[in-house]
Amino acid sequence: MLNIPQIYLDEMIAHAIREYPLEACGLIGGIGDQVTKFYKARNDAASARIYTVNPSDYLKADRDAEGNGTSIIGVMHSHTHSEAFPSPTDVAQAPDPDWHYILVSLKHKDPILRSFCIVDGNIVEESVVSLNC
Amino acid sequence: MAIEVRLPTVLRAAASGQASVFVEGETIGEILKALSGSFPGLGNQVVSADGSLHRFVNVYLNDDDVRYLEKLDTKVAEGDVISILPAVAGGSF
Repeated sequence: MLNIPQIYLDEMIAHAIREYPLEACGLIGGIGDQVTKFYKARNDAASARIYTVNPSDYLKADRDAEGNGTSIIGVMHSHTHSEAFPSPTDVAQAPDPDWHYILVSLKHKDPILRSFCIVDGNIVEESVVSLNC
Repeated sequence: MAIEVRLPTVLRAAASGQASVFVEGETIGEILKALSGSFPGLGNQVVSADGSLHRFVNVYLNDDDVRYLEKLDTKVAEGDVISILPAVAGGSF
C-alpha cells in the first residue's frame, strides 16, 4: 500500500498530461510507504516510448529528500499509449527492489495511476491510498 | 584525505545500511577502489569489469557528473562530496 497526498497525485497526472505526447517522469520522496513529496524530472530521452530521468534532477531531488529526513523511494513515469502496467523495459531497468514504481496511463479518456513493486523481475501491484492533507 | 560518498538506497545494504561513508583517496577512481575494498558488494555495482564506470550508475562530484570531468581520473579536494546514483530509465515497450 502506498499513501500519497492528493496534491501529489494531481501533480503526477498534470505532469503526464503536460508532457504529452512525450513520456513524463519524476521521483517520489518519502519514508517507507508514505509519499511526502513529488519531484518532477526532465525526461532526457525526450521520447514518447522511453524515459530517462535527468541525473541532475535526480541529484537535486535526492539532496532535498535527504535534507528533509526522507529518501527517494520511487519513480513515476507515464505511458502515453499503453496501459498503466510496467513494460518489459521498465522491469529490466528497475533500479531498486525497495522502490515504488508509479505509472500514469494516458491511453484512455481519463488518466489512470497505479503503483507497483518490482522485485527480481516479478511485478506486484500495490494499492494507492489518497491522503487529503 | 577522507571524502564523503553518498549512497543511494539500493546500495546501502552493501554498506551496512549507511547512507554515506567516508573513504580515502585523491581521485574518483581511487575512492571507488577504496570503497570497493571496504564494501566488496559495492564495487561491481559501480565499476564495470573493464574498469570504467558502470553505465547504469551516475557518479557526481559535488554538482558535476564525473563523465563530463575527467571520469575516474577526476581529482577530489577536501570537503568534496561524491554522490552515486542509479540511472533511472524505462519505457512503454
